[in-house]
Amino acid sequence: MDAARVGVITFPGSLDDRDAARAVRLAGAEPVALWHADNDLQGVDAVVLPGGFSYGDYLRAGAIARFAPLMGELVAAADAGLPVLGICNGFQVLCESHLLPGALLPNAGLHFVCRDQRLRIDDAETPWTSDYSEGQEIVVPIKNRDGRFVADAATLNELEESGRIVARYLDLNPNGSVNDIAGIRNEAGNVVGLMPHPEHAVESLTGPSTDGLGFFTSIVKRLVAA
Amino acid sequence: MARVVVDVMLKPEILDPQGQAIVRKLPQLGHTAVTSVRQGKRFELELDGPADEAALDEIRKIAETLLTNTVIETFELRVL
Repeated sequence: MDAARVGVITFPGSLDDRDAARAVRLAGAEPVALWHADNDLQGVDAVVLPGGFSYGDYLRAGAIARFAPLMGELVAAADAGLPVLGICNGFQVLCESHLLPGALLPNAGLHFVCRDQRLRIDDAETPWTSDYSEGQEIVVPIKNRDGRFVADAATLNELEESGRIVARYLDLNPNGSVNDIAGIRNEAGNVVGLMPHPEHAVESLTGPSTDGLGFFTSIVKRLVAA
Repeated sequence: MARVVVDVMLKPEILDPQGQAIVRKLPQLGHTAVTSVRQGKRFELELDGPADEAALDEIRKIAETLLTNTVIETFELRVL
């Protein structure tokens, strides 16, 4: 049986595309490098938008990346059910693309934050989190400047009521994110955005844990079962 | 050649920590009358032709899709 193929999009200024591809490989899938300026998703089974500073984060984080040629393809594919995970800058791009509600603003403390962060998985039913159990606590790195999730009261209420908060910060909110939100999903559940970096916690040699691998093994199991 | 200004501000309910950092500094500089500062962005767009309704409509579209994120920001246009 062929391995599942998971695309990783590289924008100018992406930093974590290689780590994301490595995490995909460690989880048992084939990573496929996708280029922002192409118009072709190359038939991948899922897509990761990696962390970094696409287009220098000029204007707003993710604001220019949203209009990359490949994003037009991705938005259509995501609307049709393609699993998409946006990490950090990828989360910002998904919000700017309106694939996810809300927005990500500069950290309330105005500092770049970089540390190991404890999270609680609140939704273990998405294709990206099914290898976790609801309420499971994990530790993965967080590193961002624009990580403060905001949404208007009605949107926030809807996210909470429909169980669309995928992960929350524990111990200390690193960026002033509303309701300690670290990650959310779209209504269908196939699109997930996450501010912390699971792809940096997949090997004990380099990560604070291997807790992040679950995001990648989850999607591989989902694709193999499909 | 016309020039159009687009002023962008965070919506009032969105926390602006940069504005807060600025307003906190003012009393130390001897300015005690200011109670709040909100920081925004100003874009200046130069046009080939006149700033007629068609041109302003186009700039409005640019402002809505790229210059602002309407989830968190509002904008105002004016012709210089």
